[in-house]
Amino acid sequence: MKAAAFDYVRATSVAEACEMLRQDGDDVKLIAGGQSLTPMMAMRLTRPSRLIDINEIGALKFIAFGENVARIGACTRQSVVARDKALAAQVPLLRQALAWVGHVQTRNRGTVGGSLAHADPAAELPLVAQVLDARMQIRSTTGTRTLPAAEFFVGPLTTALAADECLEEIHWPMWTGHRLGSAFTEVSRRHGDFAIIEACAQIALDDEGRCTRANFGLGGGGTIPLAFPELASRLNGTLLEDAVLQDVAREAATELDPGSDLHASAGYRRHLAAVLATRVLRAAYEEARGKP
Amino acid sequence: MSEKLYAVTLDVNGKLCTAHVPARLSLVDCLRDELRLTGTHIGCEHGICGACSVLLDGEPVRSCLMFAVQADGHKVTTVEGLANADGTPGVLQDSFCEKHALQCGYCTPGMLIAAHALLQIVAQPTDEQIREAIGGNLCRCTGYQQIVDAVKHAAARLANDNSSAADKRR
Amino acid sequence: MGFKLKTDLNPQNFRYIGKHRRTKEDPRFVTGRGRYVADIALAGMKHVALVASPYPSARILSIKTDAALALPGVHYVLTGEEFCAATDALAIGVDAPKVARYSLANGVVRYAGEWVAAVVADTRAIAEDAAELVEVEYEPTPHVIDPEEAVKDGSPLVHPAHGSNVILKKHFKWGPVEDAFARAKHKLSLRAVWGRSSTVPIETFGVAAQWDAGQQILDIWASIQMPKFPDQAARALRLPGNAVRVHFDVDVGGSYGVKRGIKHTVLVGYLAKRLGMPVRLIEDRLENMRGGDMHGPDRIFDMQIAFDHDGTLRGLKIRALDDVGAYAGRSPFQLGKPVTAICGPYRIAAIEYEPTAVLTNKTPEEAVRGFGQAPTNFALERTIDCVARHLKMNPIEVRRKNLIRKEEFPYLIPSGSTYDSGDYHTVLDKALNAIDYPALVKERDSARRAGKLAGIGISACLEPNGGNSGFEPLLNPKNDTTTWMDSCVVRVDLSGAITGVMGTSSSGQGHETLVSTVIGEVLEREPGDIRVVRADSLQALPSNSPVGSRMAIMLGGAAAGAARKIKDTLIEIAAHNLKCTIESIEYSEGNASVRGHPDQRMTWDELIAIAHRKIHQMPPGIEPGLQAKFVWEVPTGGKLPAADNTVQIYPCYSFEAHVVYVEIDPDTAAPVLRKYVCGHDCGVMITPDIVHGMTYGGIAHGIGAALYEKFSYTADGQLESGTFMDYLLPSAMEVPTITIVDHCTPSPLTTFGQKGSGEAGYLGAPAAIANAINDALAPINARIDTLPITHDALWQVIRGAASSRN
Repeated sequence: MKAAAFDYVRATSVAEACEMLRQDGDDVKLIAGGQSLTPMMAMRLTRPSRLIDINEIGALKFIAFGENVARIGACTRQSVVARDKALAAQVPLLRQALAWVGHVQTRNRGTVGGSLAHADPAAELPLVAQVLDARMQIRSTTGTRTLPAAEFFVGPLTTALAADECLEEIHWPMWTGHRLGSAFTEVSRRHGDFAIIEACAQIALDDEGRCTRANFGLGGGGTIPLAFPELASRLNGTLLEDAVLQDVAREAATELDPGSDLHASAGYRRHLAAVLATRVLRAAYEEARGKP
Repeated sequence: MSEKLYAVTLDVNGKLCTAHVPARLSLVDCLRDELRLTGTHIGCEHGICGACSVLLDGEPVRSCLMFAVQADGHKVTTVEGLANADGTPGVLQDSFCEKHALQCGYCTPGMLIAAHALLQIVAQPTDEQIREAIGGNLCRCTGYQQIVDAVKHAAARLANDNSSAADKRR
Repeated sequence: MGFKLKTDLNPQNFRYIGKHRRTKEDPRFVTGRGRYVADIALAGMKHVALVASPYPSARILSIKTDAALALPGVHYVLTGEEFCAATDALAIGVDAPKVARYSLANGVVRYAGEWVAAVVADTRAIAEDAAELVEVEYEPTPHVIDPEEAVKDGSPLVHPAHGSNVILKKHFKWGPVEDAFARAKHKLSLRAVWGRSSTVPIETFGVAAQWDAGQQILDIWASIQMPKFPDQAARALRLPGNAVRVHFDVDVGGSYGVKRGIKHTVLVGYLAKRLGMPVRLIEDRLENMRGGDMHGPDRIFDMQIAFDHDGTLRGLKIRALDDVGAYAGRSPFQLGKPVTAICGPYRIAAIEYEPTAVLTNKTPEEAVRGFGQAPTNFALERTIDCVARHLKMNPIEVRRKNLIRKEEFPYLIPSGSTYDSGDYHTVLDKALNAIDYPALVKERDSARRAGKLAGIGISACLEPNGGNSGFEPLLNPKNDTTTWMDSCVVRVDLSGAITGVMGTSSSGQGHETLVSTVIGEVLEREPGDIRVVRADSLQALPSNSPVGSRMAIMLGGAAAGAARKIKDTLIEIAAHNLKCTIESIEYSEGNASVRGHPDQRMTWDELIAIAHRKIHQMPPGIEPGLQAKFVWEVPTGGKLPAADNTVQIYPCYSFEAHVVYVEIDPDTAAPVLRKYVCGHDCGVMITPDIVHGMTYGGIAHGIGAALYEKFSYTADGQLESGTFMDYLLPSAMEVPTITIVDHCTPSPLTTFGQKGSGEAGYLGAPAAIANAINDALAPINARIDTLPITHDALWQVIRGAASSRN
């Protein structure tokens, strides 16, 4: 399983990477962590004529905090994000999701941007991006644009990135309020495998225990991971009674159009979706309730 | 018309090595075939089995999922580099022997790399932590039990070594 | 028959046997100094990549190789047209001469993944580039994937010349079967399905070959575990046996039965000779999964059992349909080996067995750990549990009632094999005690009250071992083979150092440790100082390779036999020089003295010096030097089946009792193995750490077969699970902590009382896990008898039970 031959260049800056993308057209690919791209090349499912390596661009590897937003450089390693204490406090869903992502070896090399740009329908970081309404800062030779997650994920393994664009950084909104809870769970065949169904939720409560803000999402049940802000908004003002949570979860599950593959049938996926959405809403609520 | 070759320089187990390789040559193939360090093994070439695990700048990665050219300028540690400076097996390797944490030996270098990396971060790991740390290394011989035992054994010995070294320092 | 030590070696007084001992093999592997076939770089070596068929069944209309050959670095493209004319078909064990198999397709492809052409190039990467440029024109033809369809009239035929898809069909009746079924109070039937899986080693198969035109020898290095490998390679290549030299000092990265790469070897051997250059093929994982021909049993069991109201088993009927894929080597024999333990560990007087092996357009099946015993144990143990459920009896009680008792050994089963020794009740009790069964029942019941599905599963299974060819003539009377030997040479050199020589490869079983421990035990010399080397096939004494869990018995016995001859020689030399009778010599740690006169003594060094250098001091008739060979037939072996189809097959029977506790989340249908105990009795363990290791590993294999692993085919005949993303091997997160409790009923047939143990764990784990899951499903009246038990399958069954309640 040796890849087809290709040329290799290292970009030393984002600008340089974009310039290379612009020049060389459709037959080139950026390589970051390579955890998804390299196996596809080994199986000759994809055969770029040139790889542009962006791993050495320091400007793409950072974690910074702004006004209610955490900014992560696209080439920041997943393991670095998982270990970051400030992120764990401010954007807890990232660490919670990363506990389900692959294995230590893949997290040491895989990048946040790479996972998002790869856009596997069952991948964990894209689901978190959807639920938190993360913003993708995208660079090309003509400038920079920012896309919300909902516009970024277009289809299975397909994003809105143009052939000459490079994902530069991702902005993760930090919810305000001190009574926040979040949860991530999934069912997969084995630990670290792609999710059959994954779910995550984040909830904010006021001092009386009423929901002031909520969102949740499901992945693995369709072409892209989906957040359900409208359904979640029904929880605002409620005490998040279990019947209400279950209703909302069930309705979200009906909005999915899951496929069948050798690991799981559509029916099982739809069933799991309702179960897991309920569980993460409950768990997020429990965590928030436990905060002073 | 043959493939373009790229010069790569790697610090492998503390030694600077240079090779001229096609871009598509994986890091594991470079280590094995160019540098003749055959201790790292190939099991799947699509990033699942972990037999190819090496330390890249001190952290475990799958060397089948990297091209050698990407490792240019970086530090690689293979199983051959886990021994003591005098070439004798390190504590972890010795514990693997004591607990018979291997049979055919094929997954073993990758297991050692993963376990070694764990012990660098967690001095006294629980069973669960060990299993998680080697969760990306598949073994078909051992059922993992004696591997977990060996890592705990090594952790205990290293703790003893440290405390007796500390005692000596007092 | 069978070598026995003198009784002065009391098992309680073993010096080395049975003790904790570091293996000889581990040090090289932990330092990265193993020598696997891919580590061997022959000067000027070329590399092979394969062109594989995308169709499950098709005629090959043409193969164009020009574009591939034009690629720089490509040396040759070999197709079936040349290859199949220049070599002989690979050996087949059953009587089906028209089912011919070659390494490359011969005008026709019969499974998706079958090798159609082989490219030889300077590097593997270039060979793969060239393989993509080979243009093959196919005309697809009808195919058959379902084995139950394949046996029907009118099915597409995989080998039309054979006339049907059935490659083996037998019908055995032992004991008064109809009578037993007529009289019994109860009968039940069930279908149990063992999904197509395999032991899938982390190292794929690899082989390198080099033809020396000057000496007219083909040298072969391979990752091999296969009886008659050098012979079959030579035969297919139309070479005399002494023109093929297989190097057994290649470390094999796991095999567990499957590394029978005879087709790879004949291909590479042919290329090496044809091209006059060393050639190597290392399967990549895609080639391995689809075209490596290493799939395991794929078997549908239809079981019927007759039993009394108190749970006494009276009669058993087994119909087994195995889908061997598009070709067959020894794989149909995996229906035959279970005859040696056809009633399991139970007292069942009447048994009917109808095994059928059917061809389909799938990847061929190969020998897998247990050689058919694991699926058979699974089917039998599910049957026992169904009996228990039917009678509302505890499955443990049904087993206790029917397990052969300790006093009944040696025990002759209806199909003709005698079980050598055992104490099944004690092993079962030990396992139940170790897991604290009463507390576990409480735990299960408490989990159930908390809303979980929770179950305890038991299996009581045999591991027949020692090896024997007895099932070959049973399944194919034309194949009247009865020899199943092994051998060892022991040498003591002039310096007094001891070397043992074995003649086969190893894949992690620790044979070097086995041989040195045994020799050390007999000669009373430190095993750590004993070197074990492997002869190549031209120098080796006959061996049948490590299959059938046979090496502790056969290689251990041979090493002991040869060491015993050395010891006898030393005693004779001492008696001759100390001028006394042989019987008055006391041998201790290599030194010899006259009993009662310790001052009259000769040392090891003195005895050796005489043997090698002082023939004037040698007793007459003893050859000079100090070396001995021992070649022997398997104990109880050597007989053809009787007219009533009874035959003694394997000599020794290890026993395992598994107790497993599983919890299933009823909402996600995800099963979790929470507790696992395995009681194990393989007689005397020569190196306990090695035995335990293989048992843990066998259980992990069993967990894979029970819950995760399947070679899954589409209706189009495509393998859907051809990578490790879809064929799911259990990691350390899927395998729980396992506790093994040992028991020892020595075998009366072997040198030290050892039995074999390479298949332990795998033979009982799937049965216990299936039983645990079914126990968990019992309260909701659901059942599942098909492996692997996936999350989805469990969910379907749980959901089905819920809707039938509503």
